Amino acid sequence: MSSTLLQNSRDKRAEYRAMFKANVKNRLLVDKIMIGIVITCTLLAIIPLLWILGTLVYGGVGALSWEFFTQEPGAVGSGVPPAIGPAIQGTLIIIGLSSLIGVPIGVMSGIYLAEFGGGWFSKQVRFFTDVFMEFPSIVLGVFAFLAIVLIIGHFSIWAGAFALSLIMFPIVARATEEALKMVPYSVREAGTALGLRKWIVTLRIIIPAAKKAILTGILLSISRISGETAPLIMTILGSSQFFGGFDSPMDALPLRIWRFSLQPYDEARLSGWGAALVLVLIILAIHIAVRCWFSRKNTDKGFISRILKQRSV
Amino acid sequence: MLKREFGKSRGRGPLSDKIFKIAATVAGAYVLAVILVMILQLGWESGPVWQKEGIEFIWGTDWNPVEGRESYGALPYIIGTLVTSAIAMIIAVPLSLGVAMFVLTAPKRIGEPMGYMVELIAAVPSVVFGLWGLFVFRFYFKDLIEQPLHNAFGDSIFLFSGNPFGLDILSAGIILAIMIIPTISAVSRETMLAVPQQQKEAAYMLGSTTWEMFRLAVFPYAKAGLIGASIMGLGRAVGETMAVTMIIGNATGLAAIPDSLFDAGQTMPSIIANEFIEASPASIHVSALIAVGLVLFLIAMAINVVAHFLVTRMLKIREGAVNN
Amino acid sequence: MAAITTKKIIPTHIGAPVDVTKSKYKMITENVNVYYGNFLAVKNISIKFPEKSVTALIGPSGCGKTTFLRCLNRMHDMTKSARVEGKVMIDDIDLYDKSIDPIYHRRKVGMVFQKPNPFPTMSIYDNVVAGVRLNGVRDKKILDEIVEDSLKMAYLWDEVKDDLRKPAIELSGGQQQRLCIARALAIQPEVLLMDEPASALDPIATQKIEETITELKKDYCIIIITHNMQQAVRVSDYTGFMYLGDLIEFNETKKLFTDPKNELTAKYVKGYFG
Repeated sequence: MSSTLLQNSRDKRAEYRAMFKANVKNRLLVDKIMIGIVITCTLLAIIPLLWILGTLVYGGVGALSWEFFTQEPGAVGSGVPPAIGPAIQGTLIIIGLSSLIGVPIGVMSGIYLAEFGGGWFSKQVRFFTDVFMEFPSIVLGVFAFLAIVLIIGHFSIWAGAFALSLIMFPIVARATEEALKMVPYSVREAGTALGLRKWIVTLRIIIPAAKKAILTGILLSISRISGETAPLIMTILGSSQFFGGFDSPMDALPLRIWRFSLQPYDEARLSGWGAALVLVLIILAIHIAVRCWFSRKNTDKGFISRILKQRSV
Repeated sequence: MLKREFGKSRGRGPLSDKIFKIAATVAGAYVLAVILVMILQLGWESGPVWQKEGIEFIWGTDWNPVEGRESYGALPYIIGTLVTSAIAMIIAVPLSLGVAMFVLTAPKRIGEPMGYMVELIAAVPSVVFGLWGLFVFRFYFKDLIEQPLHNAFGDSIFLFSGNPFGLDILSAGIILAIMIIPTISAVSRETMLAVPQQQKEAAYMLGSTTWEMFRLAVFPYAKAGLIGASIMGLGRAVGETMAVTMIIGNATGLAAIPDSLFDAGQTMPSIIANEFIEASPASIHVSALIAVGLVLFLIAMAINVVAHFLVTRMLKIREGAVNN
Repeated sequence: MAAITTKKIIPTHIGAPVDVTKSKYKMITENVNVYYGNFLAVKNISIKFPEKSVTALIGPSGCGKTTFLRCLNRMHDMTKSARVEGKVMIDDIDLYDKSIDPIYHRRKVGMVFQKPNPFPTMSIYDNVVAGVRLNGVRDKKILDEIVEDSLKMAYLWDEVKDDLRKPAIELSGGQQQRLCIARALAIQPEVLLMDEPASALDPIATQKIEETITELKKDYCIIIITHNMQQAVRVSDYTGFMYLGDLIEFNETKKLFTDPKNELTAKYVKGYFG
């Protein structure tokens, strides 16, 4: 390379630098505008949340009472705000039953992905588990209807539990897989070196080590299904009475809220807000408890947000 | 305990591990089996309406459950789903990008709580969104936005020509937008975090402002992932049931095809939610609804598969971007 | 401070930076300290970098070379936990002065990183002019000029001139690194910083980079970090030896390597620790 080239550049360089100075102010202005836009976007996203929470508290607090939590709704249009006793009971029952089905399958599925994964098949399993997490839950309800209600001839709590378990198990599977991956490989090696069978190492050593994270996944999946309405519509149907056996319809909080919204009476509306407040408080309590409890252990916060991408339908 | 296990394990041999592996694999295969059985059952049980209407069910616009004159077509609901989802995406995608950028660049004290609050939106159940939309939002929205728009532009722009009632596809679209923002912004944020630090440093070295660094180094690199995040939001919007059901106005058949933003409509999930219980088993009404569910299922699965593919591909590219 | 010897290490230069040459200085740092949280990573470094020369910074891993280098173009602004004290002057303007605008002045100091990092979605051409476009230059003729100029200075023009629209990641490692040099040169800096620019490259590519540096120093003040002492001898005119955040010795390269004044420098240069 000749030094005349460098000489030319030297002269040009001062020219170029003079050109550069001109638009710095504009660029800084654009930067400031973008900051404003970005802040506005965030506010626009948060304001509805605050509005909803405010409405729930303002509109629903007046309905809360011991009777509200424990009585049956009673006749429609009676002038008294209908109670949500059966709805609360139903939600608790359906959560329990769904967990009974969904948690074991989810945990075993997570074990499969974490401990036996790597091949082509497990890639498909992981991919479709992720995809399944976002299926429209109304379709899951229809499926449960076809698979169970149609076969046995009447509405059944098991159908509802099955539908909700379909929502639960991918979340639990994901959480279990991530949790197991967080346990260092050396633990497995130590177990095998001691001569222990793989299933013993996994179930007796790895799972207990990861149990906090797995529990987090289970709790988050519970908070998700407690708000689900659509799959329950055609499976447990909803009812005004307390639990009356696995083969009769049952109530649940989201269903009851929907019913309230369809009744044109002021007291029904009040109960609707009250029930919604109760439901949201339960869900928020689980979320916040999980955050505090889990974050304190200095573990991956991305873990929670990956699961939290889901929502109730 | 270990001594006991040691002794036991000698006796059991590898059979116990084989059983374990089979059990785990069965659990893993469960999701694939469920998907398969779902498709088969939905297809089978919707048979009657396919037999009656044939493939034209998909673009038919009738919706007549009256016995003797039954005729069904899913097109209005497919349109309803597409329109409300499109409205939701137009609003939610830019907002979500803004939220993601805010959380990434703001000081931790502010960014973290804000990001957390946006995530909390996802914790609010759909039916509560519906309740709020039905009894609170729709009045403000109608008076402050829909009515003025209709008065000002109703004659000139067809979008605003319908008489606003508050329970229409525009309201449903906006509430949908709020609901899918957490999904899109969370995945977008992960995608943008996956951009290697060296890329951002290269942009910074050239003397860029923060916004210019996003433009130069983050967006081009993360493009696939950001698109995937948006499509994920679309998948969520397509499947949303309760909030939409309570706000969209419950029209059926031809009337459900909207002429303006202020018309009532119906989506695939909402028609199922509204009519499934009441449908008479003697007719093929239920079968028609199941067919709508099948169409919804296939559309949602296609969208989610594409979204996941894009996002995982982007997160993998990070490892092997610059070859050496 | 765990030292090799039990005696306390006394840097040969403390306080005001020493004069090593009669010619002008391009960049002067005064009392630069860098904190990561509470940890003091770079301690009170004052150096005068002469213009149109190459200064090498050597020292064992973790001694603060990269941290110090990143002060020189305000790279630490990107890191939230880093805090920089002191002055970094280019031609009597302090980069850290609150009243000046960092965008324009940061551009005066270009940087080349250890691993080549061209923008993967852009072509060779777009990579080189990325910084130039940022500064508002749109005229295609001028952009073409700058591209040719920068690529020639980086010794890359002949290899890529036939296909400038090729994606940058299709180049080899050595070519990508020279592309990064061209990209840094395109914004017309006055100082060029290089953080172990050849450490990720094969010997032939390394040689090309060293040739580039030797040409460039006719015009630029270049500050280069290197682990390779032979490279420092080959390429640099002045050398600074750092250890655990302190600047131990700073002198003309020949003098520092053949007749080090500080015991620690002598030990390092002879290879007793690394």
